[in-house]
Amino acid sequence: MKPAAFDYFAPRNLDEAVALLAKHGEDGRVLAGGQSLVPTMAFRMARPAVLVDINRIEGLGHLSAQEGQLRIGALARHAHFESAVTPGPLGALLARVVRHIAHPPIRMRGTFCGSLAHADPASEWCATTLALGGTLVLRSAGADTREVAARDWFQGVFTTAIRPGEMLVEVRLPVLGPEWSCGFAEFSRRAGDFALAMAVCALRLDRGLIREASIALGGLGGRPVLALEAAATLLGQVPSAEAASAAAEAAAAHCDPHSDVHAPAEYRRDLVRAMARRALAQAGVA
Amino acid sequence: MNWVGRRLPRTEDPPLLRGEGRYVPDIALGARAVRFLRSPVASGRIVSLRAPAGLPPGALFVTAADMPEARGIRPALRRFEYRAVEQPILPRERVHFMGQPIALIAAESAELAEDLLEQVELEIEAEDPVVGLEAALAPGAPAVHALAPNNVIVEGAIRPDGFADAMAGAVHVVEFAFRSRRQNATPLEGRGGVAEYDRATGRLRLAASCQMPHMLRSGICEVLGLPEADLQVVAPDVGGGFGQKMSLFPEYPALVWLARRYRGRFAWIEDRYENLIASAHSRDQKHILRAGFNAQGQMVALEADILADIGAFSCYPTTCAVEPLMALAEYPGPYKIPSYSVRARGVLTHSCPAAPYRGVSRPVITFGIERLMDRAAAAIGLDPVEIRRRNLHDVFPAKSPTGFTLDEGSYIEALDEAARHLDIPAFREAQAEARRGGRLLGLGLAVFNERTGYGTPAFAARSMEIVPGYEVVDIAMTPTGEVEARIGASPHGQGLRTTLAQIIADRLGIDPLAVRIIHGDTDRTPYGWGTFASRSLVVGGGACQIAADRLAAKLRRGAARLLQCGEEEVVLRDGLAVTGAGASIPLREVARIVHQRSELLADEVGFNLAESGSYDPPGTFSNACHGCIVEVERETGAVRILRYLVVEDAGRIINPMIADGQVRGGVAQGIANALLEEIHYAPDGNCLSATLADYIPPTCAEIPEIEIHHLETISSATLTGAKGLGEGGTIGAPAALCNAISDALAPFGVDIAEFPATPPRILALIRGRRAVWEAA
Amino acid sequence: MNKREVVFTVNGETRRVLVEPRRTLADTLREECGLTGTHLGCEHGVCGACTVLVDGQPTRSCLMFGVQAEGASIRTVEGLAAPDGTLNPLQRAFWENHGLQCGYCTPGFLMLATWLLERPTPLDEEELRHVLSSNLCRCTGYQNILAAVRAAARELDRWTESAPA
Repeated sequence: MKPAAFDYFAPRNLDEAVALLAKHGEDGRVLAGGQSLVPTMAFRMARPAVLVDINRIEGLGHLSAQEGQLRIGALARHAHFESAVTPGPLGALLARVVRHIAHPPIRMRGTFCGSLAHADPASEWCATTLALGGTLVLRSAGADTREVAARDWFQGVFTTAIRPGEMLVEVRLPVLGPEWSCGFAEFSRRAGDFALAMAVCALRLDRGLIREASIALGGLGGRPVLALEAAATLLGQVPSAEAASAAAEAAAAHCDPHSDVHAPAEYRRDLVRAMARRALAQAGVA
Repeated sequence: MNWVGRRLPRTEDPPLLRGEGRYVPDIALGARAVRFLRSPVASGRIVSLRAPAGLPPGALFVTAADMPEARGIRPALRRFEYRAVEQPILPRERVHFMGQPIALIAAESAELAEDLLEQVELEIEAEDPVVGLEAALAPGAPAVHALAPNNVIVEGAIRPDGFADAMAGAVHVVEFAFRSRRQNATPLEGRGGVAEYDRATGRLRLAASCQMPHMLRSGICEVLGLPEADLQVVAPDVGGGFGQKMSLFPEYPALVWLARRYRGRFAWIEDRYENLIASAHSRDQKHILRAGFNAQGQMVALEADILADIGAFSCYPTTCAVEPLMALAEYPGPYKIPSYSVRARGVLTHSCPAAPYRGVSRPVITFGIERLMDRAAAAIGLDPVEIRRRNLHDVFPAKSPTGFTLDEGSYIEALDEAARHLDIPAFREAQAEARRGGRLLGLGLAVFNERTGYGTPAFAARSMEIVPGYEVVDIAMTPTGEVEARIGASPHGQGLRTTLAQIIADRLGIDPLAVRIIHGDTDRTPYGWGTFASRSLVVGGGACQIAADRLAAKLRRGAARLLQCGEEEVVLRDGLAVTGAGASIPLREVARIVHQRSELLADEVGFNLAESGSYDPPGTFSNACHGCIVEVERETGAVRILRYLVVEDAGRIINPMIADGQVRGGVAQGIANALLEEIHYAPDGNCLSATLADYIPPTCAEIPEIEIHHLETISSATLTGAKGLGEGGTIGAPAALCNAISDALAPFGVDIAEFPATPPRILALIRGRRAVWEAA
Repeated sequence: MNKREVVFTVNGETRRVLVEPRRTLADTLREECGLTGTHLGCEHGVCGACTVLVDGQPTRSCLMFGVQAEGASIRTVEGLAAPDGTLNPLQRAFWENHGLQCGYCTPGFLMLATWLLERPTPLDEEELRHVLSSNLCRCTGYQNILAAVRAAARELDRWTESAPA
C-alpha cells in the first residue's frame, strides 16, 4: 500500500502555487493537510502526477470575521475551531461540529478548506457549509478569483465545481447574530468514524417564530444535501416538539440515502429522522 | 519466596516501551521487497499471465511455472468425509478467491514492487462464484472444487440411540436458528516474513510473524521438499496473532523458495488491505438448535445442525474442520445434556479461507446455547439464572455427551457470583422504571466452560494428519548461575516469558530475572508447537515445572555433596542451597563447580546442569460467567454497555496482572465480535471490507471498564493447577451482550438471532422490519 | 528515481536523507533513519500506530510524506527514555499498569499520550478517552492503557477529576 510516484512542489507563495496548478491541470493536486488525500493515494485510488504542497505558503491560515463573514483560509486546520473562532452561534456551532471530525491528530493537520475540496459525502464541514449558505473562493493563475455558492459546489461523491488549475483559497460563512440558533448531530458506529448520517440546522427566530430555516444532511452517499422540505415546514412555526417531529419526518421522507456495508438505505433514513430531531433540539426546537 | 501468584511486571516490556522491539518489518530493512499479485476476482480461469514489460534490473517476476517442484499445501484429516483439497502456492490455472496470490514481484523497494504489480499482464476469465452458505448448498450449485461436488468439505455427525425418544419426552421444545457473521482477527501487525539464504552454510532462515515456528518449518519443508535441518524459522516479536498466525500460508513457502533460488534476502510485509481480504477469516456460521426440556426446566435433549463457511481452501495444520467439528464436540458446554444429536458441515465457497480465531467456534456455540437458555427460560417461565442453575454440571469430574471429562470447576458458583454482583433484583426495578420512561435497558448472562491446555490425545482424536499437543523444555543453568529454558511454544504478546520464569523461579528458589526463556527459534529450541487453544501456560508451564524439578534435583545432589549432607536435607531458596542445619552455598557456585571444577561433582551431577522436561496433559476446562447491562437507543439501535463483568475460574493464577490482561483483551475482542466487526462480500465475491474504516475494530470509546472477579478451583488435571484463559473473554462476550440486548428488546417481542448485532439490525427488529437475514 | 534531500531533526539529532517524494514520513523514519520503533498498522490513517510528534503535534506519520518534514522537529518513541535506557514516567506507567501486550501499538499510544501530558491544560477522564480513541489496540482492551496514562498524569501533576456530570 504505497502511493504511486509523483512530482512534489512546495511553493512559497500563492501565485507560484496557482501557476503550478495551471501548468499541470488535471494532473495536479493541492496537498494541504493530506488527511483524506494521502490514504486514497496509499490505495492508489488517487494518483496525482503532481502534488502542490501549500503548507509553506504564508498567509493562508487566516480565520477572521469581517463584514459579516467568517473567512476561513486554505490552511486553517480543523483543530483551530475547537474553541469558538467567533462569538455567537456560528463559533459555537463550529466548535461543536469539529469534535466529531476524526481524531485530534487528524484535526491538527487536516484543513477546513481541504474537506470542502475533497467533498466526502460524510464530511461534517461540507454539510455545515451547505446549511449555512457559505461561499467558496477559488483562485487560478493570473490572479483570477471566482466565487461559488456552497449549493453549487457539491456535484457528487468527491466531485465539486472546481476547475482544473483552480485552488480553493478561502471559504466564507455568514456570521450569525444572536437571533440565530444552530444544531448538529451525527451518528457513527465507532468514535471518530465517518457518520452514517448527520444533520446540521440553522434557524432565525423573530418574536418567537421561526423566520428562516436551513437544514443540511450528510453521510447519505453522493453529496451533502439541503433538506428543503423539512426547512419549509418550520417557517412561521413556534419552536416545539411537534414542529421538530414534522421537520424530521419531512427530512427522512425526502432524502435519498444509499446502502453500503455499514447500513442499508432504510436505516439511514431512520437516522436522518433521529439526527434532524436532535439537531433541531439543540437549536431550541423541542 | 513464591513468585507464582504475583503481579510481576513483565520482563518483555522495557524494550517494547523504548521502541526497541524487533518485529518482522524491523528486520526487513535492506531486503528485496516482495509483493504478491492477487486475484481481482473470486473465481476464474487464468488465461494469460505475463511479466511487466521492461522489468528493471534486480527485479523478479515469479509465477507457478517458475517453481514446478513446489507442491501445494495439503492439510489432512482422516475422518469425517474430509475432502483433501489442496491449495497451490501460486495457482497455474484457476483462482478461487479474491485476494488469492497469483504471482509475485520482488524489487528494490515496496513502492517499486507495487508499481510493477500494476504492469503485470493478467487476463482472467471470470466465472460465477459461489458466495455464501446458502448459494453453496443450493441444489445444482457449481462446485468450488471437483473433489467436493456438493461443496461440503467435511461432515461429522453424532446420532445417539434413543435421541428421538428423549426429545419426544420433552415437555417444552425450544428452537433457535441463528447466524454469526464472518470476522477477521486483525492483529495490529499483519503477517510477514524475511527469508534469507546464508551462502556460507547453504541454510535458509525465515523470520516470520507466526505463532508456531516449528510447524511453519515443517510445513514449508514439506511443500518445498527441503530437509528441515536446512531451514531455520524464527518468530521475533510478534504483533498479535489471535490464531490468524497459526497457519501455513502460501506466501511463506514462496518467500523461502525465492531466497533459495536467488540466494538472497527477501521480505514480504503484508499490508492491511491484504490482511483484511486474504489472510484468514472465521466464524461465518449458521446453526439451527432444537432443545427439549422437562417440566422442571432441565434439558433432556439437544439437537444441533451446524454449517460453517470455510472459504475456498482448508487451513494447515488444523484443517478447516476446526470450526464445524469444535462446534460439534463442544456444544453441550457446561450443561448436563443427557441426549445430544448433531450434524456439522464445513462448506466451501469462493472466499478467503477460514482459520482459527480466538475461541474458534466457541463464541458461536456459546451464543447459541446461551441465547437458547434465555428463550427457554421465557418459554418455561423461569428466571435466566434459575434455568442455568438447574442445568449446569455440579458434580466433578463430569462426562460430556461427546466424551470429554470435565475436571473440577465452579460453574454454579460463577453464575451465582455474577448474579450477586449484578444485583439482578435491583436491576429489574431500574429496568421497569426505565421502560416507563421509554428507555430500553437489558441484562445478559453467559455461562461457559472452555477446554484448554489439551495435549496429544485430544488432538489425535480429531484425526488430523499433524497432531500437536505436547511441549518439551530444555533447561540448563549456566556457569554464572542463570537458567536458560528453551521451549518450542512461541508467544505473541501474552507475556509467556514472564509467567514461565515465575514457575521456574519457584521450583529452583531463584529470582525470575535470573531465568531466560528462549523461544521462537527452531535452531535454539526443541521441537514444539506454539500458541493456540489456550495452552501455552498450561502445557509449556507444566513442561517447565518438570524440567525445573529435574534441574533442582541435580542442584540439590551437587549441593549436598559440597555441603557434606544428605540430598533430602537441601532446600533451594533465594538463590541458595540451604541445609536444615543452616549451612548454605549459592547456586551459582554449585553451577560454577559443575562446569569448571567437574572433578569435584562429576560423580553426583555429571558434566552439566542440563535437563529436559516434556508435558502432554489431558486437558482442563476453565469456566466463567459473563454478565452485562446495556442500554439500547430506541431511535438508532445503538448499544451502550453500562456494565460488564467477568467471573473467571482459570484454576491457579500464575500472574494475576497478566491473567486479567488476557480477560480484558479477550472481552474487548468479544465485544467487537458482538457489536461491530463483520467482513462483507458482494454477490460477485468481491470482499468489501478492505479498510479499517469498513472493518471496524473498537477504540477505547467503545470498550467499557471490565470488572473481573476470580474463583480459583485448582485443577488436578494440570501440573501447575492452572487452566487456560486466553480465549474465554472472547467466548463469553457475544452471548452475554446479545442476551442483554434481547432482554432490552423484550417489550417488542423480538430477540437477537444474528451477530454482530449492529445498530441497523437492532433497529430493524425494533421497527418490526424483516431482519436482514431470516433464520431458515 | 526522483529523490530529494530532506533535512529535519529526530529526537534532537539532525538527519539528512534522500527520499522519493512518495515515501511517507513513517517509511522515511524507518527505512532512511533506521528508527523502527514507529510501527505501521494500516497505512491509511485509521490505527494510529505510526503516531509521532511533528513540531510538537501528534501526527500519523503514514499520512505525511517525508519531503514535507523539511526543517521539522520530530519526536519518536526512541526519544522517550533516558540515554541509558531508563524509562520515563509515562513508559514506566505503561509497564507497571500492564498497558501493553504485543507492544505493536505501544509507540503510537506513547507518543499520543506524550502530547496529551505536555499540553498546558490538565487532563480529565473525558478528554483522556476522547484523545486516546484516536488509536487502536487489539490486545489490551484499553483499560490498562487508560490506567497507565492516568497514573502518569497524576505523577506529573497533570490530572484533574472531571466535574461531576
